[in-house]
Amino acid sequence: MILSAIAFYLFAAIIIASAVMVVGARNPVHSVFFLILAFFNAAGLFVIAGAEFLAMIMVIVYVGAVAVLFMFVVMMLDINFVRLREGFLQYLPIGALVGIILLIELIFVLTTQANVPEVLAIGAAPAPEISEVTNTHALGQLIYTRYIYLFQAGGLILLVAMIGAIVLTLRERPGVRKQKIADQVGRKRSDAVEIKKVSPGSGI
Amino acid sequence: MEIGVGHYLTVGAILFTIGVFGIFLNRKNVIIILMSVELILLAVNVNLVGFSAHLNDLVGQVFAMFVLTVAAAEAAIGLAILVVYFRNRGTIEVEDINVMKG
Repeated sequence: MILSAIAFYLFAAIIIASAVMVVGARNPVHSVFFLILAFFNAAGLFVIAGAEFLAMIMVIVYVGAVAVLFMFVVMMLDINFVRLREGFLQYLPIGALVGIILLIELIFVLTTQANVPEVLAIGAAPAPEISEVTNTHALGQLIYTRYIYLFQAGGLILLVAMIGAIVLTLRERPGVRKQKIADQVGRKRSDAVEIKKVSPGSGI
Repeated sequence: MEIGVGHYLTVGAILFTIGVFGIFLNRKNVIIILMSVELILLAVNVNLVGFSAHLNDLVGQVFAMFVLTVAAAEAAIGLAILVVYFRNRGTIEVEDINVMKG
């Protein structure tokens, strides 16, 4: 128990520190690396909470896809980041004000939380004992039965996102020579070879 | 030293605040703003998983998964729009994004 508490505080501290570095780092590449660190430690928090499947998905989806996508865009676009940093501290007071107000509101919410026994009693889908069914198994039993339509909708969202990203970034560039396989296959012998009768002593 | 739901909610609240703060702080750089949005969504996920563990209810984890899906789709579309915008205008400063302004 004490071990999990120590791990929790360690993960939480690293998450918050790296989140601060994400918004405060001078170089956006460093920001992306700190974002990856935050995601890894969030996965650690999820493991402590007993959500192993979600932790692994977190690592695969966020670190493997989203963060790499960010890294790709940061490095591909030739942006003058020094110019983007100008006036950085100009927005610090208003940002700090909004942040502090928000944090105070959230603290009020946290400190006034009440555990209503009736709410605790009506669990929508009680998690089975971990000794009987693993977390992944239990989630699958829930997703593919009760939440099948939401699951399908999630797939649809990903499909639309994929098609949208391709449509947005695909472009026809003039003057680019590409291999046209249909033309190559459709080429006939008569197009390429011609037999000429050459009479002796005169050229073609 | 019992780790309860309050601990998770605290981490979520701090993460959320840092995310909102980051949007205000990096008013010029769209990439950092998108990363701040990812942080906010991460905070939401931490909250959902914390409550899921507290209430011993799997629905929180199911919904955290859907939040993850939407976050991935949002990052893909947002970065695609960013790439197209940079190709057309040569800049990604937020203040320059005012073509639609009358």
